[in-house]
Amino acid sequence: MSWITKTLTSSIGRKIIMSVTGLFLCTFLVVHLVGNLQLFKHDGGAAFNAYSHFMGTNPIIRTIEWGLVLGFGFHIYEAFALTRRNKAARGHGYAQWKAEQNSEWTSRNMGILGTIILIFLIVHLYNFFWRARFAGDLPKMGGADLEMADYDNLYLAVVSSFQLWWYVLLYVAAQISLGYHLWHGFRSGFQTLGLNHRKYMPLIKYAGYVFAVVVSAGFASMPLYFFLFTNERGDVVSNVPAFIQSVASAF
Amino acid sequence: MAGSNPNAKPMNLTLNVWRQPNRTTEGKIVEYKVKDISPEMSFLEMLDVLNEDLLHAGQDPVAFDHDCREGICGSCDLFINGRSHGPEKGTTTCQLHMRKFSDGDTITIEPWRANAFPVNKDLSVDRSAFDRIIQAGGYVSVNTGGVPDGNEIAIPKDIADRAFEAATCIACGACVAACKNASAMLFVSAKVSQLALLPQGKPERKTRVENMIAQMDKEGFGACSNIGSCAAECPVGISLENIAILNREYISAKATSNNLA
Repeated sequence: MSWITKTLTSSIGRKIIMSVTGLFLCTFLVVHLVGNLQLFKHDGGAAFNAYSHFMGTNPIIRTIEWGLVLGFGFHIYEAFALTRRNKAARGHGYAQWKAEQNSEWTSRNMGILGTIILIFLIVHLYNFFWRARFAGDLPKMGGADLEMADYDNLYLAVVSSFQLWWYVLLYVAAQISLGYHLWHGFRSGFQTLGLNHRKYMPLIKYAGYVFAVVVSAGFASMPLYFFLFTNERGDVVSNVPAFIQSVASAF
Repeated sequence: MAGSNPNAKPMNLTLNVWRQPNRTTEGKIVEYKVKDISPEMSFLEMLDVLNEDLLHAGQDPVAFDHDCREGICGSCDLFINGRSHGPEKGTTTCQLHMRKFSDGDTITIEPWRANAFPVNKDLSVDRSAFDRIIQAGGYVSVNTGGVPDGNEIAIPKDIADRAFEAATCIACGACVAACKNASAMLFVSAKVSQLALLPQGKPERKTRVENMIAQMDKEGFGACSNIGSCAAECPVGISLENIAILNREYISAKATSNNLA
């Protein structure tokens, strides 16, 4: 083995891959969340569909997409490799184990949280990404604008999926898992890269908490909103509270 | 006991102790009763009482490691009620006193659990893996020659203090025992950051961290998940900041050393 593979397969090397890919995936979450906020624009999906058309066809985005595939791939692969190594380090367990008295639950259960996110990811990619990119069975936008008319109506697919209670439940469960995963993961990523300084660590820690809550709540708000307040075309139904009506009409 | 606090009521306890005859035979938890334990005894003195009872009954006493009984040497490595060195924060087992327990308590006592720390007998484990990690680079080579002047090498006070904080590690292994991954990173990081902070440690800085991490991995310790159980259970309060320093040292050594192996 060369020094590069030796370094990257050492205990610290694997952790570095874990943290670099994890922090990279955090940047993806920001882009994905901001883009998806266009779902809330009450324009029958015009903005969201134009955006998803751009994301699916722009050559620069399509190139970066491979980085995303590698980011997820390595993050998941290293998670399995590290879990195997770490489990093997203690062949004989304890009769009594009170880890809850010395550490946070999230930090000890990143693997379980990650697995829930992975299951969600497979369902999520199949239902939206696969259908938009490969299956080609999405309805078209239609309408007067000739260019827009040919765009896939991903908005309709998203909104109608969010009318299914079990689908919404899976999404919300996954976002809670993501929130807890980020709660530990954000700060942990910095620590692994050696970016722990007594001046900045409290800031990084609380920024991580805010990031975890905002990102997971932001994503979870989408299925909940369409499930609770709209019909299968994304129109706000008449019996929702006036407050929601007025906020929705502002967009 | 003569001179003891008359208000300290003696306790009767149930002990669940891991008994294992040798490295190769699988052990089991055995229940013992101890009577009239003074709350002023240390945990190890309580075990001494148990062993005297066992000897009088013609049974094999429980093997456990101990040496200074002053909280300095790091020998008394017992996993008590699911925690390294028991429930008290910032203490070794010898400095844990029976007043932290109550009459009628059941106490579970196990050895450190890590593949890199095989059980010798009962509660005594072999921690020579730590010695081999230190031998791989946790030292400063001293060259022969004249005695250097005491103040020749200037070290700022805050750096000296931080190096000293890291140097207080007593290599007890509580970090490994408490870690979900049986990782030795807090131990290794204490030595690496201590020597990386000081000018005397600088010449061997890169080879030290490379070799110590290689040895740590070879011994079969797990990787760090930044959980923090280790620092929480450390009797001398080695902080997680040291692991960040270790990671930094490792990254920069791997990126810039001339070692191609």
